[in-house]
Amino acid sequence: MNFKTAFCAASAIALVAGTGAYADGHATTLTIATVNNGDMVRMQGLTEDFTAANPDITLEWVTLEENVLRQRVTQDIAANGGQFDVMTIGTYEVPIWAAQNWLVSLNDLPAEWDADDILPAMRGGLTVDGELYAAPFYGESSMVMYRKDLMEAAGLEMPDAPTWDEIKAAAAAMTDKDAEVYGICLRGKAGWGENMAFLSAMANSYGARWFDEEWTPQFDTDAWKATLTDYLDLMNNYGPPGASTNGFNENLSLFQQGKCGMWIDATVAASFVTNPQDSTVADQVGFALAPDKGLGKRGNWLWAWSLAIPAGSDSVDAAKKFVAWATSKEYTALVAENEGWANVPPGTRISLYENENYTSAAPFADMTLNSINSADPTNPTVDPVPYTGVQFVAIPEFAGIATQVGQEFSAALAGQQTAEEALAKAQALTTDEMEAAGY
Amino acid sequence: MARTVTNQRKFINTVAAWAVGLLIFFPILWTILTSFKTEATAIADPPVFLFFDWTLENYRVVQERSDYMRFLWNSVIIAGGSTFLGILIAVPAAWSMAFVPSARTKDILLWMLSTKMLPAVGVLYPIYLIFIKMGLLDSRVGLTVVLMLINLPIIIWMLYTYFREIPGEILEAARMDGATLREEIIYVLTPMAIPGIASTVLLNIILAWNEAFWTLNLTAAKAAPLTAFIASYSSPEGLFYAKLSAASTMAIAPILILGWFSQKQLVRGLTFGAVK
Amino acid sequence: MATKASRSAARLMMAPAVILLLGWMLVPLCMTLYFSFKKYLPLRGGDLGWVGFENYVRFFSSSAFWPSVQATLVIVGGVLVITIVFGILLAILLDQPMWGQGIVRILVIAPFFVMPTVSALVWKNMFMDPVNGLFAHLWKFFDATPIEWLSQASMTSLVIIVSWQWLPFATLILLTAIQSLDSEQLEAAEMDGAPPLSRFGYITLPHLSRAITVVVLIQTIFLLSIFAEIFVTTQGSFGTKTLTYLIYQRVLESQNVGLGSAGGIFAVILANIIAIFLMRIVGKNLDA
Repeated sequence: MNFKTAFCAASAIALVAGTGAYADGHATTLTIATVNNGDMVRMQGLTEDFTAANPDITLEWVTLEENVLRQRVTQDIAANGGQFDVMTIGTYEVPIWAAQNWLVSLNDLPAEWDADDILPAMRGGLTVDGELYAAPFYGESSMVMYRKDLMEAAGLEMPDAPTWDEIKAAAAAMTDKDAEVYGICLRGKAGWGENMAFLSAMANSYGARWFDEEWTPQFDTDAWKATLTDYLDLMNNYGPPGASTNGFNENLSLFQQGKCGMWIDATVAASFVTNPQDSTVADQVGFALAPDKGLGKRGNWLWAWSLAIPAGSDSVDAAKKFVAWATSKEYTALVAENEGWANVPPGTRISLYENENYTSAAPFADMTLNSINSADPTNPTVDPVPYTGVQFVAIPEFAGIATQVGQEFSAALAGQQTAEEALAKAQALTTDEMEAAGY
Repeated sequence: MARTVTNQRKFINTVAAWAVGLLIFFPILWTILTSFKTEATAIADPPVFLFFDWTLENYRVVQERSDYMRFLWNSVIIAGGSTFLGILIAVPAAWSMAFVPSARTKDILLWMLSTKMLPAVGVLYPIYLIFIKMGLLDSRVGLTVVLMLINLPIIIWMLYTYFREIPGEILEAARMDGATLREEIIYVLTPMAIPGIASTVLLNIILAWNEAFWTLNLTAAKAAPLTAFIASYSSPEGLFYAKLSAASTMAIAPILILGWFSQKQLVRGLTFGAVK
Repeated sequence: MATKASRSAARLMMAPAVILLLGWMLVPLCMTLYFSFKKYLPLRGGDLGWVGFENYVRFFSSSAFWPSVQATLVIVGGVLVITIVFGILLAILLDQPMWGQGIVRILVIAPFFVMPTVSALVWKNMFMDPVNGLFAHLWKFFDATPIEWLSQASMTSLVIIVSWQWLPFATLILLTAIQSLDSEQLEAAEMDGAPPLSRFGYITLPHLSRAITVVVLIQTIFLLSIFAEIFVTTQGSFGTKTLTYLIYQRVLESQNVGLGSAGGIFAVILANIIAIFLMRIVGKNLDA
């Protein structure tokens, strides 16, 4: 009998624990999963503007580090967990999830949201069969950010559209290891969204590709070998120590501390490295297009952190209101008012780049727009490929494969294996995974 | 103490022990110190220890970005609830193993421990599906039950070893006096076992508080405890050491303080039958 | 002495615990077993039919498999050795008379209260970072090139982090055991002129064997499944992919539930082999 009492007590407690503080009447609660990047954190701070206009909607934020976020939302959408009403995802996830009918179409967002104002490159990446499945919050390509003062001291000039050879020469000239100035900082941390984003884009400019038209992995080609060898060469000779664990954030902090001569990375970084509050080199940063090899493709990628509504959401209408607010022109104006024009989320709307307030506050605006426009996800490589995506391959298996390949390349950068060994392992494991997936 | 100890030797012991103690504690100390620095001071070279402009700015920023109390409250409920449930189920089980042992008691005990070796990652998908079916995702009830199950073997084992140290004669005497099983447990056994139960409770609260796999994977917003709170500060853009330190300090402080205040009880119970 | 009535009462009292644990073990295990014979790709529509042992073959023949078993054993073994050796030394030290013993004990016990995620984050960023970490500053102070801990000495770094977390636990258990040691026995040996080392070897160490077994057992259980430390620091790069992490990668990163489940089943088997092995020793020691 004592069990009975015990169990009753236990379940009573569990019930109280479960229902406790969350009896919130009739209001709709939106659970929003987002990444802990600066622009999203800023959005979180500005939500009063939204909730004031929509008093019946309450927002619950789940802010997670990028890797944790990806794992959580993928798990949730794949198992149809229905825990989130709005998810922050990228151009990689959208076409794959849309094909499974996991996302709600956003074609019926209000007219004043102005879908035609979205940059075509971004809109294209988030549209499947004519239906827009995610609204871009901020968009990015990649470009060269360099130190004008160091280039000048080295007696060099950065062209607007450099080649890889020119980058190498500049890196060599700027490196001064005794002063802790490294000619070039690039991503080395393993991950499909970290070093592989950079390397895949670089490989495109070298004429390499992930798969040929029969889905055969291409890591055994000379083009990949040239890519990886040149990358290792650049980083070993002119890169910072510990580069194999440096991702976007680590390099950003190095560049802001004045330790990098050049940094080829996301265009959104431009506003951080030119912000005098955080950056010691704010007034010395120049911008150039990502390098090429004379083969007709540049090594820049295309990405948009976007807001999407999972089909399992039970508050689709409220979620649409929120998505429309967060990606609207009015939101941009709101950020500009509170934080200044240079800090608005970039890379999504044509009107932003026609706005003189913005272009005069953001010296990097033109180069960002040019970079975004020069990336072509439907035709990313020199040789034809069966996939879309610049720095990724839009198939579900890619994240897993590329992370493992990234680990091999990262180990090569750390000096634990040669480029040949890393490529051979990459080829073997990619072949294996593709077989497992039934290609 | 029968041995006479010279002050000199005691002095050497003291110095050595304090040095080692501080070395082990240093990472925590450093985190707490860093949480009061500005981001620039946090990465200063050479590092600064005490003489900097102390600021509470990081705590303000962290609190502004995420509602600490809500995460804390979830952690308290989940850790406390799972411990309470676990004790309710474990006390009778441990009692019967300790006082009415059968040939299979030890096998059962060891089997229970072996369930702890199931790799959580391997069963995440099934558990996730079950949770969806039962509507338990992002609920404190679900998480409480899971954490209780995870730690149940450890609770049972700790209680078992503790109960075994209670002499059986006392129970028999009580039985002779006509005490029922229930009375025996409530009036005779429990008072004697309180210290053991207390330390079991403490250890279990610590384990549940720090559990970072299930708590992250089975929650979103409503039931998210402090482990999820930390996951939003791990590597944001720009400099973050000071903010990370502030968030870390906030996440570990409650359990650190609880642990320190009750370390005597905890230590006394942390034997798992190792001392005979 | 146990009557029939008390025996059945005992069985009844054990029932909830046994049933719950049985359910907690069997239900997910059976589902995992089921998935492991399926081609199950959530991102490609879920269940794609039975495939027999294909997942198992693929999991075992993958080039990542053996290194992951090895990495698991290295971490478990490394941490066990370090925590036990330093735990004994520390326990002996803390057992000596000194001033402020209580405070020292508080300092030593503290890491045990720190969440694995937090401790991994703190170590990774504030100590092991090759540019801004404290170790890097220390190395530079001595004019040495800072070590790139998490890439060049990845396993060592992980073992350091995990050992730091578990050293307090080992120390406390060993300390309790040492305190129960009959000090007269030690004194007698001291008077007989036995040198400290042999006093330790012949009296203290045998006395501690039981405590050491317990530490090994409990820690192994927790160490076999460490995840947060790897996820936060290296994400499985540089040879730190343990079996747990490999399964995580298969299930969550590649979203291949069938393949991951096959790995999960193997991990269960491996854990049980280790468990049986451990239980034998512990079982013997617990009887004593």
